[in-house]
Amino acid sequence: MHNKTITELSKALREKEFSSVELTQSYLDRIKKHNALNSFITIDEELALEGAKVADTILANTNTNTNLLTGIPIAQKDIFCTQGVKTSCGSKMLDNFISPYNATVVENFNNAGAVMLGKLNMDEFAMGSSNETSFYGSVQNPWNTRCVPGGSSGGSASAVAARLTPAATGTDTGGSIRQPASFCGITGLKPTYGRVSRYGMIAFASSLDQAGPMTRSVEDAALLLQTMSGFDTKDSTSIDIPVPNYSASLNNNLEGLKIGLPKEFFSEGLNNDVAQTIESAINEYRKMGAEIKEVSLPHMKLSIPVYYVIAPAECSANLSRFDGVRFGYRCPEPKDLNDLYIRSRGEAFGDEVKRRILMGTYALSAGYYDAYYIKAQKVRRLISEDFKQAFAEVDVLMGPVSPSPTFGLGEKTADPIEMYLADIYTIAVNLAGLPAISIPAGFADEKPVGLQIISNYFTEPHLLNIAHKFQQTTHWHQLSPKGFE
Amino acid sequence: MTLNTEQVKKIAYLARLGIDEKDIDTYARDLSNILDLMTQMSATNTDEVQPMAHPLDKKQRLRADAVLEIDQRESFQSIAPQVDSGLYLVPKVLD
Repeated sequence: MHNKTITELSKALREKEFSSVELTQSYLDRIKKHNALNSFITIDEELALEGAKVADTILANTNTNTNLLTGIPIAQKDIFCTQGVKTSCGSKMLDNFISPYNATVVENFNNAGAVMLGKLNMDEFAMGSSNETSFYGSVQNPWNTRCVPGGSSGGSASAVAARLTPAATGTDTGGSIRQPASFCGITGLKPTYGRVSRYGMIAFASSLDQAGPMTRSVEDAALLLQTMSGFDTKDSTSIDIPVPNYSASLNNNLEGLKIGLPKEFFSEGLNNDVAQTIESAINEYRKMGAEIKEVSLPHMKLSIPVYYVIAPAECSANLSRFDGVRFGYRCPEPKDLNDLYIRSRGEAFGDEVKRRILMGTYALSAGYYDAYYIKAQKVRRLISEDFKQAFAEVDVLMGPVSPSPTFGLGEKTADPIEMYLADIYTIAVNLAGLPAISIPAGFADEKPVGLQIISNYFTEPHLLNIAHKFQQTTHWHQLSPKGFE
Repeated sequence: MTLNTEQVKKIAYLARLGIDEKDIDTYARDLSNILDLMTQMSATNTDEVQPMAHPLDKKQRLRADAVLEIDQRESFQSIAPQVDSGLYLVPKVLD
């Protein structure tokens, strides 16, 4: 049953081919069998089976009009607060944190009758691009277990690719859904900023963070997004516009679609095999009747310095709440209040988190605020305007997600800058707040490669349509890694 | 732009962040390298550009000043490091 899509699983549950309890148990068994991947931080078997029982009762008592996710197991990135279940955010700081409330995203899945399988591994506080900054250890990529799954939603990508869950949630601040989706050969969507509530999603950089689905197909991503989206009064940045039906237009014809290829996405630094894979993918669209045109995002190269000012600045402010007073880690025997703050934070945060807090604190400190933070916010506007101009000419933009495919565990941990530079194709999208998706497009050196499609604000239905049509004519998204069939 | 170890210590104190003495040089090097990246921004003229704080340029939404939360003191304090009589305990600030 683990090779079925959510639509297929949902049908099978309704036709009583198997129950949600049986389905949930089979995934729990697979998680145990493949625990070497280390994709989960917490598995609460009892809670999952209890949820499945409730779902089975709903399915038995109602007709086919129930939510399609009723009885479907879903795993949550451990950044989402789950009431009564440990919510660690991949950090020692929250290793003892049992959330007293649910994130809105979690609440939405509960209301839909979905079954929570467990909590997924991630880079500490979502800061990282390889899942190697997690307090709970690194995660393996099922396509090559000596390689990283990408990050920060590395556990989500690894678990979906290995069929340990039909789908997972992720969050994307600078590429944290799209890059691991690309590295693990799955579908990952970052919606428009404000589309999905951030309430109960532990904040990293509040003007960039956005949650989205990580699935095996675009069709499944549309189902998850339907449940995740919506206005939420508990999130002051949530946008109050109606949620369209994301599945309704998946099969629309693409004749006359205008695709822009930003030349900055195909310049130096792009791995040859990745470039070829992306070119063949774009050719598929040409065959479907799309027009292809070169466009330019002249300020894109500045997205790295801009991002590494804004994200650390916002992170240093957000992470000041972890002070050892009301929840989370407290150092043993603090001498005084200052010692309590300094040692609790010093002992519980990892290296990358500390580096970003230091960077952000410096950028926001008196005398440097204008030179760094304000300057970065100004250049951020220029980056965002580049996209506006591009979308005046074309419907969507396409390019690679990452300059190269997955790399070896431990290979890039020595130099943080090298890791930062690899985010070049994803972070401009977060700075502009646009929606974008990564879909499997082939392989480079036997490692999965994702095609990135970026569209205009709140055009997720069109974006999903364009991505779905690709999956109707290609088979890349159906392939399983060896040993996980 | 280069940060020296004294500056790193000062920033760490501002952030109330304990860092190991042996790691300070590495932080100084890494942060200096990151700051070098930042200098790329200065070549772009932004005199006429408004800073962008929100990707959709939305203003923070306000709500009616009404009580919406229910009292969850017990549940919140059950996960606190140290509490007494409904209060969060920290080391003495005044003698």
